[in-house]
Order: sequence, then structure tokens, then C-alpha cells
Amino acid sequence: MILRTPLYEEHIALGARMMPFAGYEMPVQYAGVIEEHAAVRSAAGVFDVCHMTQFRVFGFGAADFLQSVLTNDLDRISAIGAAQYSLLCDEGGGIIDDLIVYHTGDLEYMIVANAANRVTDHDWLVARLAAATAADGRPASDLVEIADESDRTGLIALQGPRALEVVGELAGEGFEPPTRFHLAEARLDGIPVLLARTGYTGEDGVEIVCHESHAPALWRALLSFPEVTPCGLGARDVLRLEMGYHLYGSDMGRGVDPVSAGLAWAVASDKGDFVGREAIERVRSRGADRKLAGLLVANGIARPGYPVLHRGTAVGKVASGTYSPVLATGIATAYLPAELAEPGTEVEVEIRRKRVVAEVVRPPFVKHTSLS
Amino acid sequence: MYPSELRYDREHEWVRVEGDEAVIGISHFAQDQLGEVVYIDLPSTGDTVSAGETFGEIESVKSVSELYSPLTGEVTAVNVALTDTPETVNEDPYGEGWMIRVKMDDPAQLDEMISAGEYEAFVNEGA
Repeated sequence: MILRTPLYEEHIALGARMMPFAGYEMPVQYAGVIEEHAAVRSAAGVFDVCHMTQFRVFGFGAADFLQSVLTNDLDRISAIGAAQYSLLCDEGGGIIDDLIVYHTGDLEYMIVANAANRVTDHDWLVARLAAATAADGRPASDLVEIADESDRTGLIALQGPRALEVVGELAGEGFEPPTRFHLAEARLDGIPVLLARTGYTGEDGVEIVCHESHAPALWRALLSFPEVTPCGLGARDVLRLEMGYHLYGSDMGRGVDPVSAGLAWAVASDKGDFVGREAIERVRSRGADRKLAGLLVANGIARPGYPVLHRGTAVGKVASGTYSPVLATGIATAYLPAELAEPGTEVEVEIRRKRVVAEVVRPPFVKHTSLS
Repeated sequence: MYPSELRYDREHEWVRVEGDEAVIGISHFAQDQLGEVVYIDLPSTGDTVSAGETFGEIESVKSVSELYSPLTGEVTAVNVALTDTPETVNEDPYGEGWMIRVKMDDPAQLDEMISAGEYEAFVNEGA
């Protein structure tokens, strides 16, 4: 069965082209990918991300439990309102999911994860909790609750250099936006929301968490501003790849460790034990065999699965690939042998019948945005 | 959206007959489905194209499609301007967005093509 977000009717009314994504019928584009991309880079774009997963983890053992299953150091978000990018890994260091964890309140955290991984993540967290013991030997499950809030939670992203201006207008006088990677309660057009200064586009902006029943009213309120353009998954993929942000399932997955994926920065080696630590540290110390590299493709669009060659020998496959309207060129990622994953290396991508030259670069592909 | 003076095929190309030559492009429906075109790969003048065979590729941000020639013949002109401004195909698919001009080997192949009305019906059936 294909699911619909609470904004489905809004998309249809706006003439969106819909496609199935992570079990949901989602808008891939409205006016067009390039126009929507430009709106986000120059003004503001609004995205339906209601399909995404939200877990609430709370209780006296919540912090200890999350510290034991997530790779990043939760102590860095000890202040309520702080947020952090982190990974959920298995014992072998394989990436189960990437997520953002928000310290939403006393003894309480909210995790926003990928829609496609909702069941996997929940089952994993529940199983780890069942197996965990608290410091005093009592079952950790006595001290922690994990609630899947996805069904009743709406999530709308407003991204772009003018996003905060729009939020300010809707929040009214005296509104102080949260700082980057922080969240705060607010009322937008009277609707109670959590406002997170995070995103997946490389532009300044917010991700707005609300009750799913309020999502359509919030969506319309945001779109009532002429500077706000509705944007689909097509533009979202281009925007995130321009920034070198990873997409789960394309740029990493269960078969890849964080070091090879270029996500070692989200793994804290100076905290206590956590699931996957040993395996990840092993890769970190001996070095990854293969690494995710960024590719600039001058004469074509390298798409996922296309072969990557070095001096005529196949060395990898394109993981993510698209056209960057900012650079007016093809951009891609691929896992390559570590010695070839160095910036400046010349490789070739086989684009159907043709082989075109690609240069290994260090993402982000687009260097200057409202965040830089 | 589908000029009546043109002939169409089910691969979404159109043909405009000018004497013994035919101008080929893609339909409004095709450009709309593709989205903003960012690359076009076309043959060169002097190349031969064959009915039912690919003569090039067209690529938008999200997808790539083959271009199929409805006719057999020698390419006498190529719209090279599309290399720099591929978006013309979106803006003016039947005019400035034309792709190649072919000297027809067998004008009877035009009979295999369908009219604007037939093409529109084909598209509306959910092509």
C-alpha cells in the first residue's frame, strides 16, 4: 500500500508530478527542478518532508541509552534545544541509518530519521534497549521509552536565504529564531510548532515540526509569501548533492562504515563504548580501502550505477549523480579505491556509450551559500 | 499543443515535411514529461538515420531518453544551437527547438506516422 502525507491534496492542487518514494506518494516536482532549485538558492523553497521518521526517546536513561547506540557524542548537545547529526551503526560498523538527534527537553530527545528506515531503526532501537542494562544493573528499558511519533508528526522544511524572514513574519513580534543546529518552540500563524534550524539544502532555513493535522494550514501559510516556492524531491536531491550531503541507500548503507563513507567526523572516538565502535576504530586506524569521492563530470550527467574507470579499468560505480544548475555541470559521488579518491585524480565515467572525463574533488561542490 | 500540420510517432517525435526533406523534433508532451532539458546529443550533418532507430539522446536533470527517428535518410542539417541552449526544446518544441533535418529515402514512411488528433488521443490514454 502506498501512503500519503497530510499534504497530498495540496500537492495535487499545485499540479505536482507525484512519484513513489520510501513507501509514500511524494511530489517530485511542481514547476520544474531547475526553477525550484533556483528558488531555494536565491529566496526560499518549501518541502513536504512529512514522510520522515520521528522517534521520541525519553526517561532518566534516555541520554545513556542514546550515547550507547549513536556514534556521535551526545554530551555535545547537553543543552536543551541543541541538535546533532549522528549515525546508527551495527556491531560491524555498517550504517543502519543517518539521523539528526534533537535535545527537545528534560530527559527527552527527538530523532528525525529516514522514512525508508522507520521499521528497521525502531526494531533496532527496541532490541538494543531490551538488551541494555543501566549503570545500577537494572534493565535499561525500565528507564527509557521509545515512541514512534511519525504518524502524528508533520514536517515541513523551509530553506533558502529568505527563509528566516518568512518565519519571523509568521511568528510575530519578539520572535528570536534558534541558532544553527538548535531548535525552539514557536507559534507560526498561531500553530504550535518546533522550529529546528537544520536542513538538507546547504542554505539557511528551518525544518518545522508540527502535529500532522496542522500541516496543511502551515503549508498554505508559508506559500502565502510570494518569495516561497513549493519544491519537490527532484530539487531536494540536486541541492543536497551540491553540498555533498549523503543520501542513505545511495551514498551509504549497511554495507559501508562511516570512515569509508567520509562520515568519521560524526563518530566520537573520545566517548565511551557504543555499538560499532570497535569495527569503526579498526577501519580508522588501518585506513579505508575504498572511500566515497566527489566527481566533477564536465560533459554529461553521471547517474547512479554508471561505471567509473581509471586508465580503462573499472574501479567503481556512481553512487549519486545529477546535474548542478549552479555549476552547469554534472556532479556525482562514487566509492573508489582510497588511492584514487584523492582530489585531482582523473577518472572516467561511462555514460551509456561514451566515456567522459571526471575529476575527483572534495565536496561540497557548491562552496558559497547563505550558510557559508 | 499538437500542431495539426505535423506528423507524430508513438516515441513522441514530430515531423514537418518540407519538399523531400523532413524536420524532426520532440512533442510538447515529451518535453513536459522530461522536464528542463540540460543536454542533447545529436548526429552530425551527413550521418544516416534509420526509421525506428535512435538518432540521439536528450537529458533532463532527472532523466535521460533516447531519440528515435521515424524516418530513414541522410541528415542535411542539425540544430547546433541546442548544444548551448538545450532549454529551447522546452520553450519552443515545434519551432526553435527542432533537432535535425533529414533528406527522406522513402517518403512512404510518413504513412506509418499518426496525425495530431491520433497522437493527442494516444497521449491522453496515458502513454
